[in-house]
Amino acid sequence: MRTPVTLRFLTALPRSGWVALALFAAITLVLLPVLHVYVPHDNPLHVSNYAITLGGKIMCYAIVAVAMDLIWGYAGILSLGHGVFFALGGYAFGMYLMRQIGTDGSYHSTLPDFMVFLDWKALPWYWSGSDSFLWALFLVLAVPALLAAIFGFFAFRSRIKGVYFSIITQALTYAAMLFFFRNETGFGGNNGFTDFRRLLGYDITSPEMRAVLFALSALMLMLTLLLGRWMMTSKFGRVLTAIRDAESRVMFIGYNPLHYKLFIWTLSAMLCAVAGALYVPQVGIINPSEMSTANSIEIAIWTAVGGRATLIGPVIGAVLVNLSKSYFTLAFPDYWLFFLGALFVMVTLWLPEGVVGLWKRIRNRGRA
Amino acid sequence: MSVAEQGFGGEGGSPEVGHILQPGLDISHKVILYLEDISVSFDGFKALNKLSLAIDAGELRCIIGPNGAGKTTMMDVITGKTRPDTGTCFFGQTLDLTRMTEPQIAHAGIGRKFQKPTVFENHSVFDNLELAMKTDKRARVSLFARLDDVGRDKISDTLRLIRLDHEADRKAGLLSHGQKQWLEIGMLLMQEPQLLLLDEPVAGMTDDETERTGELFKSLAGKHSLVVVEHDMAFIEQLGGKVTVLHEGSVLAEGNLATVQADPRVIEVYLGR
Repeated sequence: MRTPVTLRFLTALPRSGWVALALFAAITLVLLPVLHVYVPHDNPLHVSNYAITLGGKIMCYAIVAVAMDLIWGYAGILSLGHGVFFALGGYAFGMYLMRQIGTDGSYHSTLPDFMVFLDWKALPWYWSGSDSFLWALFLVLAVPALLAAIFGFFAFRSRIKGVYFSIITQALTYAAMLFFFRNETGFGGNNGFTDFRRLLGYDITSPEMRAVLFALSALMLMLTLLLGRWMMTSKFGRVLTAIRDAESRVMFIGYNPLHYKLFIWTLSAMLCAVAGALYVPQVGIINPSEMSTANSIEIAIWTAVGGRATLIGPVIGAVLVNLSKSYFTLAFPDYWLFFLGALFVMVTLWLPEGVVGLWKRIRNRGRA
Repeated sequence: MSVAEQGFGGEGGSPEVGHILQPGLDISHKVILYLEDISVSFDGFKALNKLSLAIDAGELRCIIGPNGAGKTTMMDVITGKTRPDTGTCFFGQTLDLTRMTEPQIAHAGIGRKFQKPTVFENHSVFDNLELAMKTDKRARVSLFARLDDVGRDKISDTLRLIRLDHEADRKAGLLSHGQKQWLEIGMLLMQEPQLLLLDEPVAGMTDDETERTGELFKSLAGKHSLVVVEHDMAFIEQLGGKVTVLHEGSVLAEGNLATVQADPRVIEVYLGR
């Protein structure tokens, strides 16, 4: 039996959910971009460059946190290497941004500056087609998906679970980081890609471009949430949580967990990659430190702080942690990591269901 | 009926001339499950030692034996969780269970109830049954799957049968131990298996629940084949089927309950410990 997919999409959210979503859309797709572009700088209503970039950046993080929730919260697979997919998406799009610099670089060559610096005479083969926007979009999705599918297939087929899986994902992102650090790899070594000028021919630092990228990030975040909600309210989602809770039982009633895990794992990686591709033009740089193990662990913290298996929780977690990070790293730069660690310990001990769980508890107490 | 008398023809099928192999379950020889010389050892400990066993189609068989006799390992071998070191294990005449994965075995028609009731505690009772229901269980189908009226009716029939129709929307984790046992039996029935493996199905049930379970099993026999592992002798007596005694990984005795209980070797195994 099949039902029109659109119909199920509509019933995936309660009415209050659609209202909240519409409100969020109005603010992020219209209000803030307009305030940024059309309101003069001296007006108190003007949304600054800093604010719009920070907002866009945090929404990209929120997409990653939701992607993390899909596999960790719902399927019980804790990845501590999701940064690699985020960074790969960023690099794939960064290649296009590097080509858009054209001959405006320091060496006025058609090659990216770092290649001139390495005395390379031509683009390596894997850079071919990188001047095409569509090819870049394809790479953004295809490369992380391929890596995730191959890695996931072998890991899930061998029934690697729990902490072992987490450790292997750490190794994956660490290995990728070392690989990208090398100049010979052809991705700019430890400097990565930066000094972007244009995107589709338009100035990348213009207020209009920033507003568009901000709105696109918001749109992608909303789509990710809707997709997640739709999938998790389907039978697929129920099987996935069943795998999380009692995998062998699921197998004995005839489901093959491999396909379910592989699908959600690859999808999660692709969502991270899209977030990475949106992130890079907004912050203006991508380098191998995005693949550091600490970054990937931080993703798990966002999700845990917000509340696993809630979809909206990870968004709240990503916003809370990153806003406090922006504040802390300015006010007490030396203490940020201590604060992050303490936050994680506190959430694990007292808030196993995160901020959303806390909210539910308060509301239930009010009713009782 | 010993294995030799069965004229077991190996993987190639039956020795009958002109017998065409059919895909799926073939019980043309009245035997639904066939274990021959199965051995499994864990770090030198022989959990199963040349175990041979045949279950007829429609039979209700009880397996007893002291702790560590290999009852659960036997179920693990049949359901594909454990691969035997040696020996063959056939479902019907054609399906070699030692080469199939757990989900494949489940689809072929073997359902299993675990010793410790394992239901999906965070799902509602209804959802538990829905997930177990016999249907296309591939991932891409599940994404767009929607419960139809036939399925809904099947679930409500099963809910009534296992007497959980008033608990349908409750989280399975909140049920009593006995109710969880019933729910798991219900999940098993939703799979519509040919062969049901039931590991201590009445553990933790009240006397009343135990008796109702016995009646349910007896009504299932004939249409389905059942293998019941139990310690509760009164329950086994109620079921009234053939009894197999396992000891140290192989069959010690087989027959009806009275014969088996009178067997001096069985008495020694149970009382000698």
